[in-house]
Amino acid sequence: MGSRASTLLREEEIEEIKKETGFSHSQITRLYSRFTSLDKGENGTLSREDFQRIPELAINPLGDRIINAFFPEGEDQVNFKGFMRTLAHFRPIEDNEKNKNPPATEPLNSRTNKLLFAFRLYDLDRDDKISRDELLQVLRMMVGVNISDDQLGSIADRTIQEADTNGDTCISFQEFMKVLEKVDVEQKMSIRFLH
Amino acid sequence: MLILLGLVLGGVVLIASKKQLYQLDPALFFLFLLPTIVGDAGYFMPARLFFDNLGAILTYAVVGTLWNAFCTGFCLYAAKLLGVIDERVQADLMDFLLFGALISAVDPVAVLSVFEEVHVNEMLFIIVFGESLLNDAVTVVLYKVYISFVEVGPQNVQTADYFKGVASFLIVSVGGTLVGLVFAVILGFITRFTKKVRIIEPLFVFLLVYLAYLTAELFSLSAILSMTFCGIGANKYVEANISQKSRTTVKYTMKTLASIAETIIFIFLGISAVDKSKWAWDTGLVSCTLVFILLFRAVGVVGQTWVLNRFRLVPLDKIDQVVMSYGGLRGAVAFALVVLLDAEQVRAKDYFVATTIVVVFFTVMFQGLTIKPLVKWLKVPRSTNRKPTINEEIHERAFDHILTAVEDIAGLQGYHHWRDKWEQFDKNYLSKLLLRKSVYRKSELWEAYQKINIRDAISVIDQGGNVLTSARLSLPSMASRASFPEVTNVTNYLRENGSGVCLDLQVIDNVPGSKVEEDMETHHVLTGNLYKPRRRYQSHYSRHFMPLGEQERQDREVFQRNMRSRMETFKSTRHKRHKKERSLKKRRGSDTKDEGGDKPRRNVSWQDKDPVAVPVEPEEDKADQSDPEKEEDVGIIFVARKVETPKQRPKSVPAALDVCQSPSPLPPSPPSEDSHLPWKGGVGSPPPCVSVEATKIIPVDLQQAWNQSISSLESVSSPPAPAEPVHPRVSALFRPGGSRPASYTGPIGAAPAQAPAPAAFCFPERKKKQLMEEEEEEEPGASQEMQPLMSALKPPGAPQAPPPPPVPPGPGRRRNPCVYLRSLVTPPPGGGAGPHSHRPTQL
Repeated sequence: MGSRASTLLREEEIEEIKKETGFSHSQITRLYSRFTSLDKGENGTLSREDFQRIPELAINPLGDRIINAFFPEGEDQVNFKGFMRTLAHFRPIEDNEKNKNPPATEPLNSRTNKLLFAFRLYDLDRDDKISRDELLQVLRMMVGVNISDDQLGSIADRTIQEADTNGDTCISFQEFMKVLEKVDVEQKMSIRFLH
Repeated sequence: MLILLGLVLGGVVLIASKKQLYQLDPALFFLFLLPTIVGDAGYFMPARLFFDNLGAILTYAVVGTLWNAFCTGFCLYAAKLLGVIDERVQADLMDFLLFGALISAVDPVAVLSVFEEVHVNEMLFIIVFGESLLNDAVTVVLYKVYISFVEVGPQNVQTADYFKGVASFLIVSVGGTLVGLVFAVILGFITRFTKKVRIIEPLFVFLLVYLAYLTAELFSLSAILSMTFCGIGANKYVEANISQKSRTTVKYTMKTLASIAETIIFIFLGISAVDKSKWAWDTGLVSCTLVFILLFRAVGVVGQTWVLNRFRLVPLDKIDQVVMSYGGLRGAVAFALVVLLDAEQVRAKDYFVATTIVVVFFTVMFQGLTIKPLVKWLKVPRSTNRKPTINEEIHERAFDHILTAVEDIAGLQGYHHWRDKWEQFDKNYLSKLLLRKSVYRKSELWEAYQKINIRDAISVIDQGGNVLTSARLSLPSMASRASFPEVTNVTNYLRENGSGVCLDLQVIDNVPGSKVEEDMETHHVLTGNLYKPRRRYQSHYSRHFMPLGEQERQDREVFQRNMRSRMETFKSTRHKRHKKERSLKKRRGSDTKDEGGDKPRRNVSWQDKDPVAVPVEPEEDKADQSDPEKEEDVGIIFVARKVETPKQRPKSVPAALDVCQSPSPLPPSPPSEDSHLPWKGGVGSPPPCVSVEATKIIPVDLQQAWNQSISSLESVSSPPAPAEPVHPRVSALFRPGGSRPASYTGPIGAAPAQAPAPAAFCFPERKKKQLMEEEEEEEPGASQEMQPLMSALKPPGAPQAPPPPPVPPGPGRRRNPCVYLRSLVTPPPGGGAGPHSHRPTQL
């Protein structure tokens, strides 16, 4: 399976992805095999249905949001490059990367980009602000039915109040970053991809 | 520090008795001391962190300990063969391996005591500490296996026995863990049904955790493992099931017991160390052991970390490794094990005991004391004692979900995948089984939210100690309550969880004033009737050589006692209110008393004052449901007092004017005002003397009456609307009784508290500014309040004094009762100088 996948993936493509995402060669081929196994239509792209077929995602409260995050705005197909680009957000920051001179463009797995990914999950209308309604929706997804709307509302109010610094009753990305500045985002938003 | 104490104590005991009286008894240690510490550690183990690092912990605990044990054993044997160790140490390979096994295990007690002081970051702590807990299984097994080997003799050991050893390791560790988990389930299940008998909840926690230990011990399983896992497993469900009070009880009892046990262990270690009879010194053995354990610890840590870092998300860097190797402390477990050795079988036991003691002391004392500077020097990231905010709670939860999903998408069966699976299982089965229905229905997020709310509230209370700051309180944490008052029920939640937390004004509203007063009355009746004069108070006064009438002294002492009790309950808001009320009443009472007679105040008996106070009380009770408009008058009752002191007025009035009538929104800064204030300015000035004097003689019933009047004053502090300035003197004349009901304060106080909240919610910027203003204004406000009071204390010069300046109750009049009370209780330094006055410290 892995070998078949890697043959389908051209070397220059791998190099390109490697450069952009920082994944290693073996990681890319491994993920490519996963990609193709998800790709039931075998057209080189994944649709929402392909993602929704993953059984674990069906029970993930934020599953739909996360699936959405894989798709560029306005599209409902994602190719392997886009797939990898999204996954790259979760690549742990490695030691040698920390010490290296900062590259011209910020790597996808930087702290800011990790946070941005999380932020986008909340920010449905992409206005760079988490409004109370948007926060409520996500909270509702995460808490289940046992909590009343009012309780949830008070949580949301408190959350926004805590984060909001400029008084617009929304959480901007700056505020989002500020609120989480003490959290070890690099660690908590990273997955150890197999080599 | 404890260790030093133990050593000193040991020395003292030795010098005193010349022979060993106390010894660290292994039975005592394993039965009582160790379980308390391990139970505490397991129960309060940060489970998430523990399981996040479980791989590393297990590796270090199993592989590391095995490595240490074998290497130390073999190398010691080699050293013996090489002749470094003295001939007298009669030990062969098995003995050395046995010794290596018991000396190589990192000790949980030592690690806990040292690392908790050092405050390294949590990950480092959990790895070292987790290792020290989990390596117990290894140590126990190795120890037992070697003991049996030594017993049968090395030559009789067959290959099968080694496999038996490995198998027994698995059984001991897995069995211990299982026993612990079983007990955790039982504990969770039991606490589910203790709603009616809250009082036994802590008992069950202690009992079952301890039972887990004993059961495992009974089956020769790893008792420490069992207890640890029982604690870890049960914590979540127990904490959710038991009441807040039980939670507090469990927490503090466990912590206290653990520290006691820890102290005892170290003290006994110190005592045992100076026991010359038991140990035989061999420099070669001691130095070799020290070198080997340090060396192999370092090598082992570096080697394992190298392997582990290939798999870890967060690699352990060099500094971590240094701290980890340096933190390999040996402690009481090793000592107890070595004492347990059979001298018949292990002929070199005395040498081993001596060496163990030296090793323990070296690691605990030298390394333990130097690890702090080392950590500082290496700039190891310290742990921050910070509680997560609600934002962090929510977002981290979201992160978890995201990671799980991404793992699923990427087709990895990683850590998050399994944790998600576990959480599903936990949610679907375990929680249903082990949690109360009511608890189960609550979401963790909601719990976290409430916890944070409570914490904020408590911190506000602690800091401000102020009911009146509830406006501020409601801003950061209770804004939601204002918007969803009926549902969020933070208030009710708070009330449920102990009166100490009842800071919300609404709660206070709901408490019927009559009931409180009833309580107060009972209290006072009790203090009055049960009172027995105590001699020790006499000593305080003896220096004055004042022949005190029985009645008089009793009054004073009751008052002192009350004051003390009030100080003790200072943090409780309800009491605070009463305190305030009382003290104010007292003040008024003193005034009236002053008016009443020209004789020395000291001689004014409380019966004299009775008539004054009594009429006040009923009126106030009746006025319970009076109109809100009255509030203005009430506040001014106090102000009216100041009128009585024409002499004082020149001093105080300008200050008051400064504050009240200044056109700027912000009153003048406190310091500038302080200089005006008579009670701060003059050392030994008459008013303070009077106040001390006066408060001292106030009888109980007067105090009570005072309570109410103070409560009425409270309402002034937070006027809901800019009330028009009222002529204080007039109102005072018309309403001499101070007709403000105690119950009235609540609504009025609450009104401003709630009012700003929604506004603040919309405009946090403004809210903050407001807050700051409030804070700034607090002090001036307080001092402003004081002025009338202080002046009121002046001897009644002219009762019909000219009208005082109007005092507009503005937003700046928020008082800080703390300041207020302090000034009431504590006279200026010169206060005690008065001939009849007594030092306020007695209060």
